Amino acid sequence: MSAKLTNAQIAWRAAQDLPDGAYVNLGIGFPEMIAKFKPEGREVTYHTENGILDFGEAPPAGEEDWDLINAGKKAVTLNPGAAFFHHADSFAMVRGGHLDVAVLGAYEIAENGDLANWSTGPGSVPAVGGAMDLVHGAKQVWVVTDHVTKKGQPKLVERCSLPLTGVGCVTRIYTSLAVIDVVDKRFVLRDKLPGMSLEELQAVTGAKLHIDGDVADLNVPEV
Amino acid sequence: MNKICPSLEEAVAGISDGMSVMIGGFGGAGAPIELIHALVDRYKKTGSPANITVINNNAGNGAVGIAAMIYAGMVAKMVCSFPRSSDPKAFTDRYLAGEIGLELVPQGTLAERIRAGGAGIPAFYTPSSYGTDVADGKPVAEFDGKHYVMERWLKADVAIIKAETADRKGNLTYRKAARNFSPLMAMAATTTIVQATRIVEPGQIDPEQVITPGIFVNQIVEVPNPAQEEALLREETK
Repeated sequence: MSAKLTNAQIAWRAAQDLPDGAYVNLGIGFPEMIAKFKPEGREVTYHTENGILDFGEAPPAGEEDWDLINAGKKAVTLNPGAAFFHHADSFAMVRGGHLDVAVLGAYEIAENGDLANWSTGPGSVPAVGGAMDLVHGAKQVWVVTDHVTKKGQPKLVERCSLPLTGVGCVTRIYTSLAVIDVVDKRFVLRDKLPGMSLEELQAVTGAKLHIDGDVADLNVPEV
Repeated sequence: MNKICPSLEEAVAGISDGMSVMIGGFGGAGAPIELIHALVDRYKKTGSPANITVINNNAGNGAVGIAAMIYAGMVAKMVCSFPRSSDPKAFTDRYLAGEIGLELVPQGTLAERIRAGGAGIPAFYTPSSYGTDVADGKPVAEFDGKHYVMERWLKADVAIIKAETADRKGNLTYRKAARNFSPLMAMAATTTIVQATRIVEPGQIDPEQVITPGIFVNQIVEVPNPAQEEALLREETK
């Protein structure tokens, strides 16, 4: 099997699809990397659940203002034109359909668009944060993820086995091997690594991959 | 009308055993550290207030703020969306030992429940959590072909919050993203207690800039140069 994309490369690929003028929420952790790879010339406004629109990069070490943080509690800066608001307004932006794109991580994604990304089951402290809100309302809900688990099990499955974050909510999945849309409760393959056959990709995918139009080569630079 | 209270001790004196307390802040931003510690100090001296239900987005970090309340043993239950942090030991150990309760609420639902509590709306429908374990036992309804979960308002006996500027009438402004849940909590609590970095004369806050109008505020105590939770944590771990 061919090599897989790194997380940075998955983030790079997702960033190529950020629409100009979009309002975007990037989930804590891996999805946050997407901001680094936004294509030149596109204006994207980032939303963070704790009440900022249009925040920018992290400040230099030592210049943090801890009243100016993102949802991951990391220090951020403001872009010209930024706005503050309280939590109810922040989630009105989320649930009310005002965000163009929300990007999250995943434990499992089902072919019907169900997402499991908040709980690995009993025995730990459950924590959901804003994920259950973010999966509803954004016009597009993207997932960035490795194609398989650390144990090599498919993360793209017919039905999620872990506790759900939301039902039928995912619209597009960027993995270490492919780009896949969720259309009418089916996985539709859009890009795959050029060195990989459809059979090889299907073998590590837990639900049927459908072909609907061209499948592009997933060519990503070293980043 | 003068809502100014001379000391932190007096500001928190009315908080008693078994009360529900909304605490402003998201992580360290907006956490009213001095009010929280006035409450912890009183508990350590007198054993009261005990059995507190704390409503906040998180469940404490390190050993200051809400974590200090948990370590002191005065918290019976947390209502929050994300009981994890860079150092969640205070809550995690007690939760896994069955010594502290948890009501997990999705963040947007938590905000809206508090807003509804303050706005006199007993329940509302939200798409969040539909089809998940969090919606177990809650009424579901279909509107225009989509499913929604009914959530109830959330009110509290007391809210303790941090503001940047206040006047004696209770008008408030906040600093940057320290605003988060505080304007909602100020509306949803029977008694709202504010620590303000600066108290100014009425009229010195431009009415266009007031974020929380004074009608939602009961007591204000001035705390110049307030401690910042995140800064304290970083000092601790140095």
